[in-house]
Amino acid sequence: MPTTTVPDVAVRAEALVKNYGSTRALDGIDLEIPTGTVLGLLGPNGAGKTTAVRILTTLLRPDSGRAWVAGHDVLTDPDAVRRSIGLSGQYAAVDENLTGFENLYMVGRLYGMNKPTAKARARELISRFRLDDAADRPAKGYSGGMRRRLDLAGALVAEPAVVLLDEPTTGLDPRGRLDTWEVIGELVADGATVLLTTQYLEEADQLADTILVIDHGRVIASGTADQLKGEVGGEWLEIVVADTAELATAARVLTEVGSGEPDIDEQHKRVQVLVDAGTKSLIEALRRLDAQGVTVLDVSLHRPTLDDVFLSLTGHAAEDGKGEPT
Amino acid sequence: MTALAQGVRDGGIIAWRNLLNVRRNVDWLFAAVIQPIMFVLLFAYVFGGALGGGAYREFLIAGIFVQTTAFNSAFTVIGLCNDLQKGIIDRFRSLPMSRLAVLLGRTTSDLVVSMMALLIMSLCGLLVGWRIRGSVLDAVVAYLLLLLFGFAMSWIGALIGLSSPSVEVAQSAGLMWLFPLSFISSAFVGAGTMPGPLKAIAEWNPFTAVIQSVRDLFGNAAPPGMAPPQGWPSDNALLYAVVSSLAILAIFIPLSVAKYRRVASK
Repeated sequence: MPTTTVPDVAVRAEALVKNYGSTRALDGIDLEIPTGTVLGLLGPNGAGKTTAVRILTTLLRPDSGRAWVAGHDVLTDPDAVRRSIGLSGQYAAVDENLTGFENLYMVGRLYGMNKPTAKARARELISRFRLDDAADRPAKGYSGGMRRRLDLAGALVAEPAVVLLDEPTTGLDPRGRLDTWEVIGELVADGATVLLTTQYLEEADQLADTILVIDHGRVIASGTADQLKGEVGGEWLEIVVADTAELATAARVLTEVGSGEPDIDEQHKRVQVLVDAGTKSLIEALRRLDAQGVTVLDVSLHRPTLDDVFLSLTGHAAEDGKGEPT
Repeated sequence: MTALAQGVRDGGIIAWRNLLNVRRNVDWLFAAVIQPIMFVLLFAYVFGGALGGGAYREFLIAGIFVQTTAFNSAFTVIGLCNDLQKGIIDRFRSLPMSRLAVLLGRTTSDLVVSMMALLIMSLCGLLVGWRIRGSVLDAVVAYLLLLLFGFAMSWIGALIGLSSPSVEVAQSAGLMWLFPLSFISSAFVGAGTMPGPLKAIAEWNPFTAVIQSVRDLFGNAAPPGMAPPQGWPSDNALLYAVVSSLAILAIFIPLSVAKYRRVASK
């Protein structure tokens, strides 16, 4: 249930620190989510995303720092926090031997609903999450996408003011992913405040109003997707050549035209570079490549993706996990 | 609602969920009784002839009953570890529910499984010649004592389950401590013939007291020549059995709940 006073800021965290033994999982994270907006917490495996979610959902106590969810202090008033949140963890936490309906009914009862209310709410969510046909089958027969939907439905049983979704699409096939995005989209349209963690830049771009990029337990950048892309600046000009032998020539030409060192991808015979003058740079590059006798198979000009942002911020790609437990 | 009332209410919901799990996985129940049935057959007919024949079989059954209820705590271990691994405990811990409920629900549903296992084992005992020779009231007290002891063992299992790093570890950790504990007792032989230190352990082992009480209450005598345990615990078996069960609960309920508050999925 939404709390009686709706604060402007639904979630606030100040200087959260958490160590696991000698590993510093969180190294002073601050965050703030205005009510009714979606914050995307973006980072590779082991960046500290799950730890942050676990602290905000009262599952874990930080070593230092403070946090408030829906106006309640997670350290001093965890029960009030639990009444205000819905959590959908990294692994769909559904009981495989219970049917979809029974899973939701159980969660409703555990939120303190009486039997008729819990049943009615379970039915409502079953149909909203398009699980009608599977409602009375044990969840072990569900596809990955259906389990995810059921788990998300579980997080929404009590119409929580704040919903925390930890990597909601990890491990899903593309169809399951699109399905889940749609559900999250609806959730946001209904006015919930959402914290979403993801290692997919595309996902943060699609779903989040604000993005916080974290790596090694620190916030390394924040802003809207557009602001983050703007930080990298310019546009990327990308050339694919016919023969690997032509890569060096192409790279030299792009160095002349572009505003930085070009990236060379030998495997895909691709060279790309940041350019300042958009299509003018493109035409200039093609003219020079033609003069050098380089066969250009493909050419494109694109704004930087969040992948580019991540790469330029951290020096490594977003999905290049460190294999640390999250 | 008081904390305890909420714990009982929420625990009931968790127990309902666990029992639905048992009903949809009947192999669980199967596993709960197949091992004791095997023990009955092995001890009754492999060792039994040398140890007193029919009289030994009657003596043996109380030991098997206690072992059955105690070994069911392994299900508490595995059940909780499983919920932990699958992230279900995370979901529960993020809900505004009692911190006692998941553990109380699990130990309660395992108690129901123990009841079913005891029923099956009683029928099995009747088949090999075991009989209730005491009064009905005594028999009821014997079954209640078995369940109390099983419930106490289950709370030890809860702590082990919450501390196990994986389901595989939980599977062996849940049983490992039970073998010596149930064998160094009067479950299968009179503890009187054991060497000094083992004999002392056997005499003070709550298993022995529970077994002794159950035998007394059912009126099952030891076969001739089998040295019974001696000393205060044996002379006051029922009292000692109840007190040690309650002591186990008094220690392991708070320990398990404290562990649950801090536990985290891997």
